[in-house]
Amino acid sequence: MSTEEDQVVEFLDGLARSSGAWLSGDGPDADIVVSSRIRLARNIAGFPFISRADDDVRLRLVETLRTAVTSAAPERNLQFVNVAMLEEIDSQLLMERQLISRELADTDGPRGVLIGPGEHVSVMINEEDHLRIQVLQSGFALQECWEIADALDTGIEASATYAFDEELGYLTACPTNVGTGIRVSVMVHLPGLRMTREIQKVNQAAQKINLAVRGLYGEGSQALGDFFQISNQMTLGCSEQELIENMTEVIPQIIGYERRVRELLVRENRQSLDDKIARARAILTGARSISSDETMHLLSNLRMGINLGIVDDISIGDVNALFVHTQPSHLQRLHGGPLKTAERNAARASYLRSCLGSV
Amino acid sequence: MKKCRQCANQATLHITEVLEGHATEVHLCEKCARDYLDDSESSDTDSVAADLAAKLEELQSATDEDLDNVRCSGCGISLSEFREVGRLGCPCCYDDFREELKPLLENIHEELFHTGKRPARMLESHDDQSRVLQLRNEQREAIRQEDYEMAAVLRDQIAKIESILHGGDVSVTETEDKHDPPSVF
Repeated sequence: MSTEEDQVVEFLDGLARSSGAWLSGDGPDADIVVSSRIRLARNIAGFPFISRADDDVRLRLVETLRTAVTSAAPERNLQFVNVAMLEEIDSQLLMERQLISRELADTDGPRGVLIGPGEHVSVMINEEDHLRIQVLQSGFALQECWEIADALDTGIEASATYAFDEELGYLTACPTNVGTGIRVSVMVHLPGLRMTREIQKVNQAAQKINLAVRGLYGEGSQALGDFFQISNQMTLGCSEQELIENMTEVIPQIIGYERRVRELLVRENRQSLDDKIARARAILTGARSISSDETMHLLSNLRMGINLGIVDDISIGDVNALFVHTQPSHLQRLHGGPLKTAERNAARASYLRSCLGSV
Repeated sequence: MKKCRQCANQATLHITEVLEGHATEVHLCEKCARDYLDDSESSDTDSVAADLAAKLEELQSATDEDLDNVRCSGCGISLSEFREVGRLGCPCCYDDFREELKPLLENIHEELFHTGKRPARMLESHDDQSRVLQLRNEQREAIRQEDYEMAAVLRDQIAKIESILHGGDVSVTETEDKHDPPSVF
């Protein structure tokens, strides 16, 4: 094995043992806004987009961009992972960590990702576009995300010319991203609004200003774990700052709705709330076998309990980490090999018991 | 793939109607969707339905043949291929298909003029960008025809423009030197 492969193995082991710093639960309004994310899509001038690029071109892009990105920010200590060489279980791990997309994992041909310590910075090479720069921060911190992404973008551009049009802005494979190439999103936790069936309010507030609301950890309309990702849909005709400001205006409204609903629940449904939280804790610490779906649901109730001060011996950072570490690839990496569903459900229960203190 | 609710064709449009907080999904093919939208009763959705119906009219009037004839000079993708996969082939596509793309862009975005960040190094390179893409196409063809002499000539031309595009940065041209001869890439 070459030294680089060893490095990557060590790196992935490290990931499986730790948590992204952006999950720490320290940022502003982190009880409701789990994380903020900014993504920039860029392509290099004079090269076809990925869907029309053959393997030779793709390899060339990986080599060139790996150098360009690393030299743009040497102090960031970015670790390069050759995604084309990864075992499926490891690319799943990176997906579970939100460091790569399913598209990068599943596509063919030379491709990679550069990941910074704490997992705040992740730059995908050869996904839908040549470059996808992603910055994650804990809590509601979009401006901070932007400053980091902007600086990295400017640095990369010093050694690689971007495909750019006077009228249409940064050119992307998909016209839905053209212009700024920016995706501004926040991940919010809204168990109160879900319990009182008022999630519609969020959809309405968001749609008014062209923002999309998507459930995380679930297909279609399901929103397992009561997590929602809110992001811009439009990328052309507004500046990056305007798009960030749009989000900055609506998120406090949504935080307000959730906080009010939680206060209401505490005032008028305290017993029912206490019961839900206690049951969640009891099952999470006592079960011998538990599915991913059930875990998401119970952890969500537990998380709310922590936010409301009803549970005071577990931190937000710890429960945030549990959402990630109870996912299939994380469990399997910890175990050291693949696990069938029944085995995974048992491993998950065992892991939860060891983290939360078993019954 | 879902079938059209009215006829047996494949559904390509998926309309979600929301009435008093209750959402229903309707799956239709292009033709039935137009009829459905024309019949739509609610006064609020009239203009939206009319817009959608008009856009469908536009799409249907461009036949597949027309779309096939328009190809990008940089990567060879046709408009009909683009419609199928939803992705463009290279930066040149935005030039060659500029007019055809405008209605689509208007649907998605606020305004059709970029007002955000701009890269430091710009537009003198615009023609060079297109030229490089064309040269790469020709080089690929030369290799396919096993005309390696031509491919080598093209490789040098590409390298010259690239060194302009990338500000003469060593990191880009260095990777070329790493390849063993005969390198035609």
